[in-house]
Amino acid sequence: MLTRSLKDRLASRLMFLVTFSSSLIVFLIALALYARARPILTAKPLGELIFSSSWHPLKGEFGFYPFILGTLWVTALAMIISIPLSLLTAIYLAEYASARVRGVVKPLIDLLAGIPSVVYGLWGVLAVVPLIRDYVAPLMGRSLGFIPLFSAENLTGYSVLAGSIVLALMVFPIIISVAEEVFRSVPDGLREASLALGATRWQMVKHVVIRKALPGVVAAIVLGFSRAFGETMAVLMVVGNVAMIPSSIFDPAYPLTALIANNYGEMMSIPLYDSALLGAGLFLLLMVLCFNIMARIILRRVLREEW
Amino acid sequence: MANPHISVHNLNVFYRDHHALKDLTVELPERQITAIIGPSGCGKTTFLKSLNRLVELVEGTKISGKVLVRGLDIYHSDVDVTEIRKRIGLLSQRPHPLPMSIYDNVAFGPRLHGLKGRQELDRTVEDHLRAAGLWDEVKDRLHAPASRLSAGQQQRLCLARGLAVEPEVLLGDEPTSALDPMSAQHIERRLLDLKENYTIVIVTHILRQARRLADYVIFLYLGELVEHGPAADFFNHPQEARTRAYIRGEF
Repeated sequence: MLTRSLKDRLASRLMFLVTFSSSLIVFLIALALYARARPILTAKPLGELIFSSSWHPLKGEFGFYPFILGTLWVTALAMIISIPLSLLTAIYLAEYASARVRGVVKPLIDLLAGIPSVVYGLWGVLAVVPLIRDYVAPLMGRSLGFIPLFSAENLTGYSVLAGSIVLALMVFPIIISVAEEVFRSVPDGLREASLALGATRWQMVKHVVIRKALPGVVAAIVLGFSRAFGETMAVLMVVGNVAMIPSSIFDPAYPLTALIANNYGEMMSIPLYDSALLGAGLFLLLMVLCFNIMARIILRRVLREEW
Repeated sequence: MANPHISVHNLNVFYRDHHALKDLTVELPERQITAIIGPSGCGKTTFLKSLNRLVELVEGTKISGKVLVRGLDIYHSDVDVTEIRKRIGLLSQRPHPLPMSIYDNVAFGPRLHGLKGRQELDRTVEDHLRAAGLWDEVKDRLHAPASRLSAGQQQRLCLARGLAVEPEVLLGDEPTSALDPMSAQHIERRLLDLKENYTIVIVTHILRQARRLADYVIFLYLGELVEHGPAADFFNHPQEARTRAYIRGEF
């Protein structure tokens, strides 16, 4: 009896310790980033670091603005592409597909999640970039080019759009599989109730299933966003990596992650360079943090409407 | 029967390999309460849901035979299933309020079918909440979430919601089984009131409830129709040995 309760206590202590230390790691990483970024944070005013767009490490100018905007552009466009597509897919799988179709499609989509990001990047270089260079950019530039957002002055294909498409594909399986689970957890009684009133399947989905599943859908999107923010490899391979502020989806960009991955370990003799890159890491961490807090606030507001 | 509202001819339902309903032929009287009784798993709910084509939702279901509602074969390929379900309302075993306000729950059906004007909607909602005996309890909080109501109130809300599409038939799948005795009694009284205007079909496993409510009884056993007839005959002079055994509580 004694050993049984002893084991029980031991187990709970051990699990507490493991849980505690893994959550501690977040703080350790933040602390390490801050410690290494301190030189540049003390040398330069924060406003200049964030809002200056001149990036000339040799001259001692470190403006993160283009990189921060690069991250925001690529992430935002990726989510604009992937949210509607993945939600429609999840709805189809949960509400319309037969068990046979679902049995084939679901594992394939889950497989997408397991493809290494460098492979996505290669595929982006081989397929997405040429497609944009040869077809999408010229076509849209000609027809919609008068809108700055679609003007196609960059002729390489390495662009915000390429990065966003690749990123959207990587976020796809995450949103789909979480959202599909959420849709399927909506009780069948609700479906029957709305169909029994003479609703069509689409009316049922639109007015009842989506509404009931909304908090979970928001959670799925947040999960996708978090992944999109931090993804490095695939994006850096197709996004062009030019330190400029994009104004069109066909412009190149240079996200924070790509900046760090491309430059860390090189030219480290330049004063403050290493500190600046770690500062970029810190900014990225803060952006993800802000986003998560915002998402939590939204989620809480959605959940409060306890329909 | 002089004037059946629903007549069922050689109805068979298969769930994949399972033969759930075996060659049912029966007629259901208009503006009366028909009770479908029988032990669990005998096909009561399957039969009920085949009357508004909800059985079709289960994957791998095969249906043969005919179900005529006022002479219209509801399984005919030309028939619009949403039109059928508008004519035949359903009250399910547990209340499932839709994720919206009390008002919107009742207005849901009418809106689906094209009712728009604010005043018309207001009137429909009030009328049907009254008919379901819920109006006085909710008239001051029509825009509160329906999920805040008690289970018994939710079931009456579901009744109001079903009535609001103005069906001719009302199906009830053990509509009181998830409720406390008071709420159950409330629903039963409503059903008795409503049979003046509606043909009502309920599934129940409570024999006493069938005795209290039913004008006509259908007894199913293992997917087969054993016996059916007016309630008085059915309970007082059952013809079949299996019916007598069931009525005596021997199943």
